[in-house]
Amino acid sequence: MKSLEIVLAGFGGQGVLSAGRLVAAAGLLEGHEVSWLPSYGPEMRGGTANCHVIVADEPIGSPVLNECDCLVALNGPSLEKFEGMVRPGGWIVLDRTLVPEDPTRADVGVIAIEASQTASAMGNMTFAGVILLGAVSETTGGFRRDSFERALSEILPKSKHGLIPEEMKAFDLGRSAAPK
Amino acid sequence: MGRLSNRILMKGNEAIAEAAIRAGCRHYFGYPITPQTEISHYMAKRMRDVGGVFVQAESEIAAISMVYGAAGAGARAMTTSSSPGISLKQEGFSYIAGAELPCVVVNVERCGPGLGGILPAQGDYFQATKGGGHGDYRNLVLAPASVQELYELTVDAFALADRYRVLCLILADGTLGQMMEPVLYREDDAPRPATKDWATTGTKGQRPHNVITSIYIDPEILETHNLKLQAKYAEIERNEVRCETVGLEGADIVVTAFGTPARIVKNVVRMAADEGIRVGLIRPITLWPFPTKIVAEAAERESVKAFLSVELNAGQMVEDVRLAVNGRKPVHFHGRMGGMLPTQREILDTIRAIVRGEGGK
Repeated sequence: MKSLEIVLAGFGGQGVLSAGRLVAAAGLLEGHEVSWLPSYGPEMRGGTANCHVIVADEPIGSPVLNECDCLVALNGPSLEKFEGMVRPGGWIVLDRTLVPEDPTRADVGVIAIEASQTASAMGNMTFAGVILLGAVSETTGGFRRDSFERALSEILPKSKHGLIPEEMKAFDLGRSAAPK
Repeated sequence: MGRLSNRILMKGNEAIAEAAIRAGCRHYFGYPITPQTEISHYMAKRMRDVGGVFVQAESEIAAISMVYGAAGAGARAMTTSSSPGISLKQEGFSYIAGAELPCVVVNVERCGPGLGGILPAQGDYFQATKGGGHGDYRNLVLAPASVQELYELTVDAFALADRYRVLCLILADGTLGQMMEPVLYREDDAPRPATKDWATTGTKGQRPHNVITSIYIDPEILETHNLKLQAKYAEIERNEVRCETVGLEGADIVVTAFGTPARIVKNVVRMAADEGIRVGLIRPITLWPFPTKIVAEAAERESVKAFLSVELNAGQMVEDVRLAVNGRKPVHFHGRMGGMLPTQREILDTIRAIVRGEGGK
């Protein structure tokens, strides 16, 4: 597998850090090396949050990304701040409900999904990130659907395991929105 | 924290706490400060399950003094903090050194001086390795660079502290504390000394009192005590140097870095190789004792043109590198402060400049 370097960014509270952790957990379940680095600066208090996730077959050098293969943006400021990090030929996956702007980059693929609107209709706003991760899985091949589902059951507390079928429904909506 | 096959995805701070418990630490005293508060969270939860003691102390000084007390009674004890809190503990460090008490302290560094900020830094290298408290003493200082190593070095720290009756300090940075990586628990626990016959465990009328103290008013006795400490430190220097080296054979430039910057440099080594620059890495795992001999041997290599120390400070470990290189080769420095991390590109640019003979920053 080619390594996957991904930046996930949005407002604090949107579940961006948890979404990144699920990617790392899914990668680990597939036997890969993984790292997850959260932003923990003052910007987390009511502002933006982001994390850097690496899934690789070799021991991971720097956990700090200067470039990435994929940016998942859950708000406008995140797109603006981080789109420059995406390597040419990489992907920007964005929540169209919260990001009306288009990326300025012409050399990357863009997948825009009404993730928050769909999550709202499903009755759980944290599904927005899961929807976008479905698209990331489908487009990058960095982690599989079955390992994501296992990661959910490993990481979610038992009391939330009833949500997993709905989470996977959200994940599949994202997968189907990704270009084939 | 999910259990994922045999490896567990953990935050660095959680790995420290779990390692301490597995190493037999049952006495933890802390006071919250970002970016290491997860250690206290973890301890508050787990100590209850394992029959240990968690105390959120009223201050950092109280916490280190509680460690003094628990260690004096023979227990495996630990306190953790971040830079401003570690400064407050320096009085305790000195007393612990004088009284020869084995204990473990973790500093998940943030940036200073003063309250500074909460982002990662390595501005406490001098404090950790050269003093901080008063008097002639040393801490055994371990510098992990991954979550797995945070786990392993914390386990080892308890064994080392017991073996030499010293304070063993884990010097990490905020990035390491906050990030998650897989951890594989080791089967071997930190070996314990056969006996702690010096500890104040109660005489039960069977033996004379043990005394834990750092006060020796008689100058001849105090000098003898100091010489004994120095002999112990010399033994640690002989036995306990740990260091990772990468690609020193045929290296043009040798980079020295510890903790998170060493991880960044590992990527730079590959980038430089792509353009034909051979970069070697010396990553000290013990900051004290410093791997002086390994650096000196690298300086003797004909291929090596210069050294570059990359740190999250204004230039601290670079002084030990210069002492070890001892003028044989130029030693350059590249540092960032205030919570900024160097990019791979800027380190590579500095290496290119050194190769062109323009020198680093």
